[in-house]
Amino acid sequence: MASLILDVDLVQKITNDDHMNQNLRILVVESNPERVREIVDALREAGWSDVKALAQISALDRTVKEFAPDIVLIDLANPDRDTLEHISYATETTKRAVALFVDQTDDDLTQAALNAGVSAYVVDGLKMERIKPVLQTAIARFKMMRQMQSELDAAKQALEDRKTIDRAKGILMRQRGISEEEAYNLLRKTAMGQSRKVIDVAQALMTAADLLS
Amino acid sequence: MSHTLLNCGYVPLVDCAPLVIAKELGFADEEALTLNLVRQPSWSALRDMLALGHLDAAQMLSPMPVAMSIGLGGLPAQVDTLMVLSVNGTVFGVSNALAAEIGTVPFGDADALLKALSARRDRPLRIGVPFHYSMHRLLLSYWTSAAPDLRIEEVTVPPPRMADAVADGFVDAFWVGEPWGSLAVQQSVAQLMMSGRDVWQFAPEKVLAARHDWVEANEDTARRLMRAVFQASAWLDAPKNKPLAVEILGRSEHLSVSPDLIDPALTGHIVAKQNATPIAIERFLQFHKHAATFPWRSQAAWIAQQLGADAAGIAKAKACFRSDLYRKNLSGIGADMPGASEKEEGALRFETAVASTRGHMILAPDAFFDGRTFDYPQN
Repeated sequence: MASLILDVDLVQKITNDDHMNQNLRILVVESNPERVREIVDALREAGWSDVKALAQISALDRTVKEFAPDIVLIDLANPDRDTLEHISYATETTKRAVALFVDQTDDDLTQAALNAGVSAYVVDGLKMERIKPVLQTAIARFKMMRQMQSELDAAKQALEDRKTIDRAKGILMRQRGISEEEAYNLLRKTAMGQSRKVIDVAQALMTAADLLS
Repeated sequence: MSHTLLNCGYVPLVDCAPLVIAKELGFADEEALTLNLVRQPSWSALRDMLALGHLDAAQMLSPMPVAMSIGLGGLPAQVDTLMVLSVNGTVFGVSNALAAEIGTVPFGDADALLKALSARRDRPLRIGVPFHYSMHRLLLSYWTSAAPDLRIEEVTVPPPRMADAVADGFVDAFWVGEPWGSLAVQQSVAQLMMSGRDVWQFAPEKVLAARHDWVEANEDTARRLMRAVFQASAWLDAPKNKPLAVEILGRSEHLSVSPDLIDPALTGHIVAKQNATPIAIERFLQFHKHAATFPWRSQAAWIAQQLGADAAGIAKAKACFRSDLYRKNLSGIGADMPGASEKEEGALRFETAVASTRGHMILAPDAFFDGRTFDYPQN
């Protein structure tokens, strides 16, 4: 199967599209020199020049660490994929995008791949002229998923923070016999006085209350 | 009944034998299954193909369905373990240079070996394992965690290249499934020091896995697959069938390994270093006896705990070892069922008769090298 898998370890620099094309570092793991040339040429033509090719598994670990690629291209049929995955475990899975290039068309499979978190799914194998749009799709979709995830995380955090502040207010209301508004103002004043966030003061209060109870 | 085509992924190792035998000796055919065995280049590729539905079922390293079900590594997917395909069958070996450095250690003495390795002080040991989510890696971590002074570095190396990796000095030692350990000895680049069962005497090594939703939607096909594999494993474990099994696997297009490299694992006679007399190892690789095929939920719990799962993860892991399906699907063909689906792992030091439906069940010793036991609280 002439398929490639793409592991993208995205770093902060891929935050704007102008930089995306020029600055991407791409590592190609492939032992067939003919194929390496084809892929590297296609990548260069697409505007990515920071490309390194690697034939030997023994150097993979070191190369990934030193070259710090944003994208690794490896044939799906290459047994070195297990090694590459192991190296990638050092970074979080959610920080990587995956693209699969397969030979046959299969709608169910495409859907399954997308549902499973594959960022781009390409039939007809890997045609060199398609490398650029595919990588762009993969990165864009991945960024979207990342964005959604971080928004979700932020919403969850906000909910947690609110609960903490409510509980801290409750403690103040009981201990000092003050109203909810006064309790909140007290938290705010304390936070401002110490240039801290309200949530940090609330958390400190909760910890202290736990210790004293 | 018309035949059902079933795509089953595997990696060419000696312990894929139950799948090859199920196909070649007609056990699948008897269940009206056309078993299409699809060789996979790596465990990651096999995992992806199963998760994406290219494969209906697959041989997997026992920690893989657990890792996937609790969302670790690669594509998360709910994958069930239908049954265990093989118990034990791996070896730990060291390069000739390291063997010379640590001196003579009796084969299979996990404690002495650990002490000898810890006594070296120069640099961390580089140890090759086939895959991150493998029993090899879990046993290695469990074993070496008893020696806090021993510094190791785990490297993933595709098994067929393990012998080369030792020869090149890329790794100092390795933990690998057969035939790749025997190959390293044959090429006189390494010496085997112990087998996997010297760390855990009854470790589930490979499992038969399928996606949870596939199992739900294809109940009957799953049942027929399990029955065919169960019959194949019974055939494989009968001592009289061993020579023929070696022949069949040696000739099989599915394995492409010569018979002299298949023989050691199947017969349990391991040559630890070149020109040495083979060492007879009981239960070196077990397919069927001692309820080897039964997916114990406590095995899943042990694996999940080694992977660092919390209580919720351990519960998920236990649920993906389908002892319920095993009972339902195999009781009709004479499989003896244990009275419980969990046991205290590591508690058996001798062969022990236990309660079972037919009353014939004898469990094999399952002790860990350090004598500890594992009993995760049942829900």
